[in-house]
Amino acid sequence: MAQAVATKPQPTRRSVKSMYPTWFYIPAGVLYVVLFAIPTFASFYFAFTRWSLQDVEFTGLQNFITFFSEPQLRTGFTNTFIYGFVTSGLKVVFGLALALLLTGQLMARGYLRSVVFFPVLVSAIGVGITFKVLMDPFDGLINSSLEAIGITGPAWLTDPQWALYSVALIDVWKGVGIATLIYIAGLAAIPQEYYEAAKVDGAGGWKNFWHITLPLVRPATATVVLLSLIGGLRSFDLIWATTRGGPGFTSDVIASVIYKQYQAGFYGLSTAGNVVLFIVVTAIVVPVSYFLNRREVER
Amino acid sequence: MSVHKRRLLGGTMAAAAAVALVACSGGGGGNGDENVEITLLVQTGGTGPAWGEALIEAFNEEHPEITVTLNSQPGGTEGDNLVKTKLATGEMEDVFTYNTGSLLQAINPDQNLVPLGDEEWASTLIEPFVPVVSTENGLYGAPNGTSQAGGILYNIPIYEELGLEVPTSWDEFMSNNDAIKEAGKTAIIQTYGDTWTSQLFVLGDFGNVTAQDEDWATEYTAGNRKYVEQPALQSFINQQEAYEGDYFNEDFASALFDDGLRMVSTGEGAHYPILSGGVSTIAQNYPDNIGDVGFFPLPAQDAEDTRATIWLPNAVYIPSTTEGEELEAAKLLVEFVNSPEGCRLQVELNVPAGPFATSLCELPSDVPQATQDLQTWVDDGLANPALEFVSPIKGPNLENITVQVGSGISTAEEGAALYDEDVIKQAQQLGLEGW
Repeated sequence: MAQAVATKPQPTRRSVKSMYPTWFYIPAGVLYVVLFAIPTFASFYFAFTRWSLQDVEFTGLQNFITFFSEPQLRTGFTNTFIYGFVTSGLKVVFGLALALLLTGQLMARGYLRSVVFFPVLVSAIGVGITFKVLMDPFDGLINSSLEAIGITGPAWLTDPQWALYSVALIDVWKGVGIATLIYIAGLAAIPQEYYEAAKVDGAGGWKNFWHITLPLVRPATATVVLLSLIGGLRSFDLIWATTRGGPGFTSDVIASVIYKQYQAGFYGLSTAGNVVLFIVVTAIVVPVSYFLNRREVER
Repeated sequence: MSVHKRRLLGGTMAAAAAVALVACSGGGGGNGDENVEITLLVQTGGTGPAWGEALIEAFNEEHPEITVTLNSQPGGTEGDNLVKTKLATGEMEDVFTYNTGSLLQAINPDQNLVPLGDEEWASTLIEPFVPVVSTENGLYGAPNGTSQAGGILYNIPIYEELGLEVPTSWDEFMSNNDAIKEAGKTAIIQTYGDTWTSQLFVLGDFGNVTAQDEDWATEYTAGNRKYVEQPALQSFINQQEAYEGDYFNEDFASALFDDGLRMVSTGEGAHYPILSGGVSTIAQNYPDNIGDVGFFPLPAQDAEDTRATIWLPNAVYIPSTTEGEELEAAKLLVEFVNSPEGCRLQVELNVPAGPFATSLCELPSDVPQATQDLQTWVDDGLANPALEFVSPIKGPNLENITVQVGSGISTAEEGAALYDEDVIKQAQQLGLEGW
């Protein structure tokens, strides 16, 4: 052991002397430990128990067995992945498109940028309730408008085939502002010289986009994909506000399954579910993050 | 962790302050007429808060020495969690309203509530009500409100116009549905926008299950009866048949409870399987149509087995954290709920949808038609309590499962099997034998 420590290579980076004394970290550190670290580790224990607010009974792996044999869990898992990847993909496409539009020569550019960003600031519950009204299959504004041009709209949130995708679309509407913002910053960081050189070589708009813009906004894409994937995988509030996982279980995601278990008073079971969710999100996000960042360095 | 500690600390400090106050007032003077302060908790939504205010006002006329503060909190599953949390942290109000039956069992009454079996009113309770507010060790609640039934509210003018008879068997019910559909009207109203309303085909059919198998509930609690087997499976099959018959209103997937009540009272639809308590909303929103709405139980396959399924009223409870003179005051308030004035208040804001659970209160003579219809079934002895009052097992996902069966997403057999899975968790959390 001692040998291993002794042979450990010295860190190459010189330690920089901090401007502030170490005890400045204490308030933030205490908050982090008390409100985040302790509950997180406690939950690893409570996941193995059947507990109520009054007593605890150790049940071993029982909660995990029950959790994985939940009939709606398979739907939940599939839906979580569909939701995560659909929202994340659409946010990349729409975010980049909007960012290109909003960095171009455009009237009222500042105003339009605010309009695109505005939905991000509204609470998910508020957005959910609003869209529930807008997407009402019979009196909702969306279907009434579609009807006026002769299209019979789907039942959006109440049709089992559509419900999950409808919520995903709302999520994209609400979250695309962040993606756009990140892309605008990413686009601004691309030196103009590349475009000038390409122009000399006779490249058109499409070639510019494909060979210069797209490769050079990769860091922005990585951030957008990561953020929206994490957000999508643990999404809950919007789904709860619009469909509550319904109709039936057709738009249930892992988080809503867990929440329903908690609501029903199965505290141990829902703690186990959260531990599983934590592991799943980590297992997906860490490799994705590693992959995206590695490519960035190699470039 | 620390949140709890902080709460505990806050609690201790409050307790210390209270001790100091009591000490001061104790030094001040006599025992009889000093002011006692207690709190009353009601559920928001519906008439809860209005009833609470009226109750306190009437109570203070009789007991001016007791100050009652009204608090309110949401109901439903959200409220269940709050109640559990408040009881566990010792912050529950001195008197609170809550469900009876399986939900009461889930808050651990023996540990958290004050037994009230020795109170004078306890001997006046109707027989089916006693077990739903009791454990093996005691009786904990006083009834608040009237009972209701799960069954079908129907539109009387449509029945008269088409010359239909109130059905007592499932076949008669289905042929009525055909006749109504042929006349171009909505035969069955469903409102899955409020998911709980989808459960009535199953929950409201339970009286019929009991009629066919007396021990069903007891055996179910013991783990020996399942929903995938008859007679209980029939409840799911009925819902599937109703969906497949295409009797539902076109917006059944998004319509709300209030829409359903509007449809049945104004004749937009003929049958609405729902709790008869809906008449109190109809009386409020469509007072001109209250006479147009009647009630009949969900028909069993065999007319012999058709029973009304009864939901017993909620109750008021006192948490075990209430002690001393506050406890005495709280008991007076609980007693007052079923005093003559208290009884009047219970039906003043909520139009009664069924009989009282105590002989201390009597229904007024001008109750709605649907309530009178229900009363006949009760008087004829053709009524059984709903499952949640005779078994502590109620799976949390029933409403989602019945939405699936009622929208053709899954079959009756699949739904019943899913529900049997669902209740296992509840039985395990309650620590029942045999699961």
